[in-house]
Amino acid sequence: MHLACILPEVILTLAGVLIMLVDPLLPRTASRKPTGWFSVLAMVAAFAASAWQLHLAPGTAYYGVVQTDAFSVFFHLLICGTVLVALLAAIDSVRPEAHDMGEFFALILLGTVGMLLMTSAVELLLVFIGLEISSISTYILAGFRRRSGKSIEASIKYFLLGSFATAFFLYGIALTFGATGTTRIAAIAAALPHTTTPILAWTAVGLILIGLGFKVSAAPFHVWTPDVYEGAPSPVVALMSTAPKAAAFAVLLRIFYGAYPSIQQHWWSLFWVLAAVSMTLGNLAALRQQSVKRMLAYSSIAHAGYLLVAFTSFSLQGIAAASFYALCYVAMNVGIFAVISHVGGYDDHLWSITDYRGLAYRSPVLCGAMAFFLLSLIGIPFTGGFFAKFYVFSAALQQGMFGLAIIGLINSGIAAFYYLRLLTALYSKPAQGSPVLAVPRMSITLGLAILLSASATLLLGVVPRSSLDLAQRGAGTLFQTGHPAQAAVQVVNDAPSQ
Amino acid sequence: MHLWPLAVYLVIVVMLVVAMLGLSFVLGQRHHNRATGTPYESGILSQGSARVRLSAKFYLVAMFFVIFDLEAVFIFAWAIAVRETGWTGYAEAMGFIAVLLATLVYLWRVGALDWRQGSRRVVA
Repeated sequence: MHLACILPEVILTLAGVLIMLVDPLLPRTASRKPTGWFSVLAMVAAFAASAWQLHLAPGTAYYGVVQTDAFSVFFHLLICGTVLVALLAAIDSVRPEAHDMGEFFALILLGTVGMLLMTSAVELLLVFIGLEISSISTYILAGFRRRSGKSIEASIKYFLLGSFATAFFLYGIALTFGATGTTRIAAIAAALPHTTTPILAWTAVGLILIGLGFKVSAAPFHVWTPDVYEGAPSPVVALMSTAPKAAAFAVLLRIFYGAYPSIQQHWWSLFWVLAAVSMTLGNLAALRQQSVKRMLAYSSIAHAGYLLVAFTSFSLQGIAAASFYALCYVAMNVGIFAVISHVGGYDDHLWSITDYRGLAYRSPVLCGAMAFFLLSLIGIPFTGGFFAKFYVFSAALQQGMFGLAIIGLINSGIAAFYYLRLLTALYSKPAQGSPVLAVPRMSITLGLAILLSASATLLLGVVPRSSLDLAQRGAGTLFQTGHPAQAAVQVVNDAPSQ
Repeated sequence: MHLWPLAVYLVIVVMLVVAMLGLSFVLGQRHHNRATGTPYESGILSQGSARVRLSAKFYLVAMFFVIFDLEAVFIFAWAIAVRETGWTGYAEAMGFIAVLLATLVYLWRVGALDWRQGSRRVVA
C-alpha cells in the first residue's frame, strides 16, 4: 500500500492545512493555544505512525521515489520526537494570545513534512523538494519576531544564503543526471561505475556537499549560523538547530552511501577536511562568545564536525555512529534551547553569559536541567553525548583515521572549556548590586518538554542499546541498497587508476 | 575530446561580437546632439522621477500571482497524463487543488486580498 509509506507525512500535512483553515476563522482575540495542542497531537500521531512503519516490509512506493526502511524510520522517529519537544517548549514561550500563532504551529508541522520526506526520499528531486519545504518554513519562522530588527535580519540572511546553497545542491543533481542519466539513488549507484564522464560526477559530489554542508552548518559554510541563531526566537532555534540538521545528515548519508559509494575515494577527503575545519573553527570561535545563543551556535558547528568524522569511516559502524550521534545531538540541543527560550524570554532580555550568573539561586530546577544538557554537550559519561562521541571516534579509529580522531579529541578538550565557563556562571553567586532578573514560573508544557529531552539524553547515555540497534539496522539497509555498488567499489579499487 | 565543436563555437561567438562592435566603432558615425543622452531618443520627453513609490500591496499581489501561477503548472503536468494516471491520479490532483483552495481561503480570511488602505491585518 503506497499510502502507508508516507503516512506520517500525510497526517502532518492534513493537520497543518487544517490549522491554516481554522486559524483565520477563529475570532481575532481568541487564544491560539488549542492549535498548539492540536499540533502536538498530530506530531504524536506522526510519531506513532513512524513507529508502526517499522513493522512494514521495507519497500518503495510511488514509482520508487520514497522508501520505507529502518533508516527512514529511525530518522522519522528522531525528527518527530524533536519537533514534539520543540512544540511543547513553544506553546507557552511564544505569545499564545497573538493571532498569528496558528500560522506558527502550521509552519512547524508543514516544515516537518519536508524533513520527513528528506529522510525517506530515494529520488534526488524529491529530496530537493523536501529540503525546500523544510527550509522555507524555517526561513519564515526565523523572522517570526516581526517587531525585532534582529529577527528580520536573521530571516533574510538565512533566506538569501539558504537559497544560494540550495542552488548548489540543485546544480549537483543536474550534473549527476548528466553523468548517469537518472536521479534515482539506487540507479545512480548502479550507473556510476560505467559513466563516460566521471568528471561530472566528481563535480556533482562537490556541489551537493556544499549545498548540504550549508544546511548542517559545517565550516566553511557556517557563516549564517551564529547570526541566525542569535536573531531568531529561541523556541524556533530549538527546532531549527536540531530537526532540519538531522534530516540533512540523513540525506548526506543516503546520497553519499547510497548513490556515490563507487567514487568514495574522491569524496572522503572532502569530508575529512570539512570535519576537521568544522570542529576546530566551531570550538575556537565558541571560546570567544559572550552571548549564550551565539556560543551554542558555534558549538553546533563543532558538533556537525564530530558527526562528519563518522562519514569518513566508510563502514557500517560509521553510518550507525553518525545516526546515533544525530539522535543524541538533537536530544540535548532541543533541551538546552527549550531552557533558554524560557529563561532568556521570548525577546531575549537575558542573553549574555553574565546574565545567566546565579541562575541556580533563582530557578534550581531549570538550572539543573541546563547543567545536565551542558554536561552532555561536553560528553560526560552517563549522558547521550558521551556515547555519541565514543561511537563516532571508535568508528573512525577502526578505519585507521587516527589523525581525525586526534583532532576530534583535542577539540573535545577545548569545547569543555567554554561549556564549563557557562556552567560555573550558572552556579556562582550573582554579582553584588546587579539587578536580580526574575525567571517566570515554568509552565507544565515546558516542564514536559525539558523532562522528555533530559530523559532521552539520560537514557541514551545509560541504555543506548535499543536506539543503537535501530541505528545499526538503518545503517544495514543503507549499505545493503548500496551493495551492488559496494561490489563495484572493489572493482574500481582493484583496477589500475587511469 | 568530442567537445571541440563547443570550443570552436565559443571562439566564433566571441569573434563575431568583437567584429560587430569593433566595426561599428571604427566605421560608425558619431552624434552629439541635444537628445543623444535622453532616455528616449525618439524625442519624447521623460516626465518626473523614475523613483516612484509603489504600494507594498502590489508586491503582495504579484507574489500571490506567481505562486498560484506556478501551481497551475503542476495541473498541466497532470493534464497530459490524465489517462495514464487513472483515478488515483485524479484523486491526488483533487487533493492538490483542495490544498490550493484552502490557501485561497486562508489568504482571503487573513485579509491579504483586502485592498483597502485601513486594513493592516497582514502586516500587524
